[in-house]
Order: sequence, then C-alpha cells, then structure tokens
Amino acid sequence: MSSTDVSKMNPTAAKPKINIAGLLIEGRAFGALLVIIIFFSLMSPNYLTVSNLLIMSSHVAIYGILAIGMLLVILTGGIDLSVGSVLGLAGIIAGFLMQGITINSFGVILYPPVWAVTVMTLAFGAFLGSITGVLVAYLRVPSFVATLGILYVARGIALLITNGLTYNNLGGNETYGNTGFDWLGFNRLFGIPVSVIILALLAAIFGIILARSAFGRWIYATGGNQRAAELSGVPVPFVHICVYALSGMLASVAGLVLSSQLTSAGPTAGFTYEMIAIAAVVIGGASLNGGRGTVRGTMLGAFVIGFLSDGLVIIGVSAYWQTVFTGAVIVLAVLLNSLQYGGKRF
Amino acid sequence: MDTSIFPTSEPETSDIVLSARNVAKTFGSIQALKGVNFDVRRGQVTSLFGENGAGKSTLMKILSGVYKPTSGTIILDGEPIEFDSSTDARNHGISIIHQELSLAPNMTVRDNIFMGREIRTMKGVDFAEEERQCRLLLAELEENIDPKTRVEELRLGQQQIVEIARALSVNSRILIMDEPTSALSASEVEVLFKVIRDLKSRGVSIVYISHHLEEALQITDHAVVLRDGNMTAYAPRGDIDLEWIVRHMVGEHFNLGTPPTGYEFGDTVLKVGAVTVVDATGNQKLVDELSLEVRAGEIVCIYGLMGAGRTELLECLAGRLAARQGRVHLHGRDITRASIAERIAEGLVLVPEDRQRDGLVQTMTIGQNLSLANLLRLVRGPFTSKRLEREHVDNAIRRTTVKAGSPDHLIGSLSGGNQQKVVIGKMWSTNPKAILLDEPSRGIDIGAKAEVFRLLAEGAREGLAVLYTTSEVGECLSVAHRIIVMHKGKISAEFGSDVTKARIMAASGEAVVH
Ligand SMILES: Nc1ncnc2c1ncn2[C@@H]1O[C@H](COP(=O)(O)OP(=O)(O)OP(=O)(O)O)[C@@H](O)[C@H]1O
Ligand SMILES: [Mg+2]
Repeated sequence: MSSTDVSKMNPTAAKPKINIAGLLIEGRAFGALLVIIIFFSLMSPNYLTVSNLLIMSSHVAIYGILAIGMLLVILTGGIDLSVGSVLGLAGIIAGFLMQGITINSFGVILYPPVWAVTVMTLAFGAFLGSITGVLVAYLRVPSFVATLGILYVARGIALLITNGLTYNNLGGNETYGNTGFDWLGFNRLFGIPVSVIILALLAAIFGIILARSAFGRWIYATGGNQRAAELSGVPVPFVHICVYALSGMLASVAGLVLSSQLTSAGPTAGFTYEMIAIAAVVIGGASLNGGRGTVRGTMLGAFVIGFLSDGLVIIGVSAYWQTVFTGAVIVLAVLLNSLQYGGKRF
Repeated sequence: MDTSIFPTSEPETSDIVLSARNVAKTFGSIQALKGVNFDVRRGQVTSLFGENGAGKSTLMKILSGVYKPTSGTIILDGEPIEFDSSTDARNHGISIIHQELSLAPNMTVRDNIFMGREIRTMKGVDFAEEERQCRLLLAELEENIDPKTRVEELRLGQQQIVEIARALSVNSRILIMDEPTSALSASEVEVLFKVIRDLKSRGVSIVYISHHLEEALQITDHAVVLRDGNMTAYAPRGDIDLEWIVRHMVGEHFNLGTPPTGYEFGDTVLKVGAVTVVDATGNQKLVDELSLEVRAGEIVCIYGLMGAGRTELLECLAGRLAARQGRVHLHGRDITRASIAERIAEGLVLVPEDRQRDGLVQTMTIGQNLSLANLLRLVRGPFTSKRLEREHVDNAIRRTTVKAGSPDHLIGSLSGGNQQKVVIGKMWSTNPKAILLDEPSRGIDIGAKAEVFRLLAEGAREGLAVLYTTSEVGECLSVAHRIIVMHKGKISAEFGSDVTKARIMAASGEAVVH
C-alpha cells in the first residue's frame, strides 16, 4: 500500500507536527506507568517509597540499558536476540578477569585493575556485536538468524568458561589492587544508585545522538527505507555494524551492572532478557518495521515492565501469574501500536 | 468564467453512472478538495487534468471508497451512496489503479492479481485457473510476463502493467486510472489505449488521469480540470485542445524550454568507457560496452524503450550496480570502484526512477528527506545544526517549488508530483557536478516539468553536467543539447537538438505512431 494509507486510517494524525502521534503513544506508555504506580501504591504501602522506587529503578537499569541497544537495532529494521546471552557472557568475562589471568610461561597471575576489566568487557561486547553487524551488512544474513546464532554461541561460551558454575566474590582483593567492582551495583551518588545514573546518562547520550546527530538520522533512514538511504549516500553497512556493536557493548554494560549488583557472575544470567528488552522498545512505541521510535518511549517501556514485575512481587503474586501479566501488558502495547501505525506495510 | 458549462447540481442525464456533488475533503489544515462536482459517463472516458496537488488523486480515492469525503455526496446510478471501504466500492463495480503502485513485491504476478479474490475450490486455491486467467489478461495487454515471476523482479513499467491487469481482472463497470502510463513506453501505451477502447465498447466507464496531455487527448471523451481543489473547467472532447487544458490548468502556456546557449562547454565531467552491466544471473548484458561523455554545461538526454538498459546504466554510474567491465571517470578521476557515498561527495548524484522504492524514506518528514543526502554538511560540532538544516530545507523547497504545508509533515502527505520534486531537490541540493536523472518528469505536471527542465538548463549554464532519461520523445526535444538513443544496452544513434521525433523513435526500435 502506498504511504498515504497511514493517514487514511487516521487522517488527523498527519496534520500537526508528527510528534503528536509519537506523544500520544508515549502518553499511553506514560499512562500505563501511572496506572501501575497508583495501583500498586494502593495495594501496598511499601511500594511508593523513595527507597523502593530507587531499588526498582536499579532493576529497571538493567532492562533499560539493554533496551537502548535493542532500540538502535530495531530502528534500523533489525532485531538483536543475542543481548541476554551477551549480558551473561560479559559477566563471565569480567568474573574471569577478576579471578586473575595466569600466564604460564612466567608462572605469574595477573590481576587487571577494575577499570581495565571494564574496558575489556565492553570491547568484547562490541566485538561480538560487530560480528553480527558484518553478517547482516555484508553477508545479508537476516538479523533474526544472525543474532539467534550469537545467542547460542555466547551462552555456550559462558557455560564452557565456567563449566556451568558461578563466579562468586567479585569484590576483588586489596592486595591485588583490583577492588571496587561492586561500586557499579552498590554505591550511590547523591543517594541515587550508580546503575540508575548510568542508565540516565546512556539514555541522554543516545537520545541526543538519535535526535540530533547525522548518525542518528542515518539510523532512522536505514530503517525507514534502506534502498533510498543508500542512494542518498548513507553508509548503510557502517550503520548496521555500528548499531549491533553498540547493542553488544550496552549488553556488556548491563552485564557488568548485574554482576556487580550480585557480586557474582553466573553463566545463565540474563536468560530471556532479550525478550524484555524487545518488549520495552515496543511498549515505548517503536515500530518493529524500523524507522520509528525514541529513547524516551523505550525508557518508559522499560519502567513499565520493571515497575510492573517488581510490584507483582511486592504484593505477593506468584511468579507464574507475573509471567502472565507481563505477557498481557506486552500484547496490549503492541495492539495499541498497530492501531497507531495501522496498515503500514503488509 | 462561464459557469453554465459546469455540471449542475443535479445529474441531468441517465448517461451518468457515478457523480460527485459538492465533495470536499480536508486533511487537518489542508483543504485538498473544496466542493467539487464531477460526473462519470457510461461507456466514455472522462479525463481529469490538473497540477500536482490539485486534488485529482484525492477525488479518485473518494470515488473508489478509499477516503470518505468530509462533506458532499456520491451518487451511483442516481442513488446517493456511501462506500465503507474500497472493497465495498469494488463490490459496487468501481475499481481503481492507484498512482503509487500497491503491489506486494515479494509475491508473484498471479498472486498479486488475485490477491483477496483467490479462486477457491474444495481443494484450496485453484492456482491453475488463476494462472490461465492471468495469462489471458497479460496477453490482452500484449505483455510477455510469466505469471509466476515475483513482482520485485519486474521493471517498473511491467509492474504498472500488472497493476492495470489487476484492475481489469475485476471486470468492474467503472474503472479509475490514476496515471496508469507514467512508467509505460509509447507502444505499451498504445496497447493500453486499445484495451480502453475495447472496454468502452463494452459499456465500461473510465476515469483517466495523466500528465501526458497529448497522450490523454487521444483517448478522452470529456475533460475536467481541477485547480487547487476546485473544478475550473469542463468540456466535451470536441471543444478542447492541448492549449485549452494548459490554459485552464496553469493559466498560461508552457513549453519545455530549449537547450541553453551562449556559453562554451567546459571539460569532460563524466566519462563512461565501455561499461558493461549484467543481470543478476550474469548471463544477459543489460548495458553492453557503452561509452559516452558529458561535458560541463552540457545536457544529454537518453531516450529508449523500457528494457533498453537506461536505468541500469544510470544505477551503475551512481554506484548501485557494479560494472562487469569498463571504467567510469569523474573529472578525470577513476571512480569505478567508489561507493555511492563517495560518488555523492565527489559530485555525482542520481535521482532514481522509482521514488517510492529508491527515493523517499516514508517514515520521515519532508524536511528530513530533503536533507538526507546532505547531512554531513549540516553538522556543526557533534550535531546537525537545526538552523542550517532549516535553511537548507527551505532553499530546496523554494528551488524545486515543492507545494507543502510545512516541511515537518510526513512525506506521504504530499501529492505524487510533489514527492518527485522532493527527490530531485534532495539530490540537487548536494551541489553536484554531474547529475543523473532517471525519468525525472515521472508523475509531475506540465508546469512542474517546465520547472524541472528550467532547473536543468540553469544548472547547465553554471557548469553542471546533466544526463537524463525519458521515454517521452517530446521531452528529448526540450533542453537537451544531445540526444542519445539506447537500444538493447547499446547506443543505437546520437542526434543534435535539431532532430525530429520520428527519427528518434525509429532509432529506438519503436514502431512510429501517429
Ligand atoms: N493523506 C494526506 N494527508 C495530508 N494531506 C494530503 C493527503 N493526501 C493528499 N494531501 C494533500 O492534498 C492535496 C491534493 O493531493 P492529491 O494527491 O489529490 O493531488 P494530485 O492532484 O493527485 O497531484 P499529482 O498530480 O501530484 O498526483 C495536496 O496538497 C496534498 O498535499
Ligand atoms: Mg495524484
């Protein structure tokens, strides 16, 4: 169908600044968030307290960081199923490095400082992501398939490295000079958990990149119409590699934050988190066809999911029902989405 | 103006099968139609003329149930009626060929033609029967397309034929054609006209929209002119000629210009040396060792039938298709291996033929589309400068005379012709040294066409090298200094601007019509 069909479904949507359509749907996510907060505060007096909100936010941070990377990929019209596994593997890599690297020929054990561990872990995530990027950009492997492959490979490597066990005691040791790993997960700046601050920073950075930079525009154009973007001189393969690399790197950030919060790293950490990230992006109003979506919406989506599942825990709903509720919220959000973008593409 | 020639508010004869009375349509703040009366007569062709954005497509979409009018009534067989959807209209015998193709590219020709109306039997869909009917239809249109090819593998012109075939397959009694010929060659148009005459004799009523005015005159029985959402003139065929249409459409007579003169051509800008392009299977040569040169300030037109290899040549020059052999030089630099982005930076740009597929990002606004090819030049510090972008967009809009409410509207809200101008404006504003335009006049009105050719002439005067393709002979004989005729991937003839239409057409391997 032609493009005009978008507005056929909803003629008023095309009239004012296009943002209004976006605001509407973000408004819905915002409305949902309010409903969730109000509902649970009525159900439990412990819900709407500063300390609980901060704790919930530090949980949201994990999903939120993953969801930012997922958004970048989805905006280009792809999907990244590997983020959960990459998150898990990143924790393992960090744990592995924290245990010290034995260099056999010298018979010494090297303990890299925490900053070096962080840098290496992030670089590793970006590297994994750029493999996907190359597969998608140059070898034309559908992103679904490429990232499904990475999902298994990364999980497998994590299990291989640890033999299925968990690295405990990531606190480091004074004598080796590698303490401070728990800073990410436990410390607070001005009373706010570091992980939440990291999320806010990342959201701000990527929000600005998407809205204001040429690279951001390239991402939207690639997802909106790859052929037209190419002919307009947009370096489409570069954009693809970048978004998958960024997604991998952000998954590593989330992996570091999670293992820091737990001061341990297990090979199964982050299992099915990719689904939560996708859900956050979709609830936030992004189109899975690519080309539409914002960081702001995605953040709202992440908070909806995080506050909902924590709320259900607080009021003592069984884990099984939690799953059902989360699923219902996702379907509802996607339903609203397809009403919004009704009919666009087949 | 003498208003008595307009249809009165009551449809007067039983001849009229479908009519619109005081139909208005607004999109937000845009008034696309301001109270239009329009009649469709049984077994006759009513042509609708008007500039880009005049409201032609909007009126047709209302008549075919795609849009609901904001006010006014639709009268079918003397009874007021409201269509719930285009399917509803189709069930009442009205079908439409949309200006922008609405085919599913990943499906076969057969499946597209029968989409939503599959021939069902107890054992599922009767593909054999569908295929047989499909072959009949395509044979009637004298087009040699296998019903089992996927639509995305077809040339744009062939896709348009499929779109036409689909509308014909419904056997409706009112058939609306919104620019059905914009991508067809002259001989394909002849065939279509034969089909239209045949339909007329069977009592089918036809509404025909085209910016190829001469062509439309061959088939028209009644002409209606729309301007800015108002109906400004109506007359039966006997009373009109080309001049009448143009006068009512734009108020003055336009010609497509003459080759700019009074200056010397500069150095060779674009040099194509024995370039060969092969198709996906690697067996067939689409462009066959073709060589040509374009100098600064020179305008070269490539004429050819569909399938002559024009699009492939231009896509290869722009970097979209790889050359099997041969070299491309821009200002003496070998760019045969350069990427599309590098070529744009060097000053070689392409305005593609298929604007929906290759030209526009539908999810973006008019302004974002216009600045897409130029973003890096709008960057100040880490970000694109809002002010620079705004200026850039405003300039491009002014230069290419895009008729838009605001650059912040989605690109899809523009009329077809204005979308085309946005594609031209986007590439033009990169300040190219050589510009390639593949059918730049596709779907734009005569005034805009004159604008585009004026723009090309102006650019050439400032030293731009211009290479454009067309399948309308009239457009060869406008601003081009040199006319190259392509046939089966090779240059079959080359003429100066003083050549006649007949010689161009003969060289293209086309039977001379008229
Ligand atoms: N869906 C829409 N939303 C907003 N504005 C629209 C929409 N469709 C059409 N318009 C506006 O209505 C006016 C008439 O558009 P229409 O497509 O009917 O023009 P047209 O006569 O078919 O032009 P062309 O010759 O370029 O195809 C234009 O100003 C256009 O921008
Ligand atoms: Mg139109």
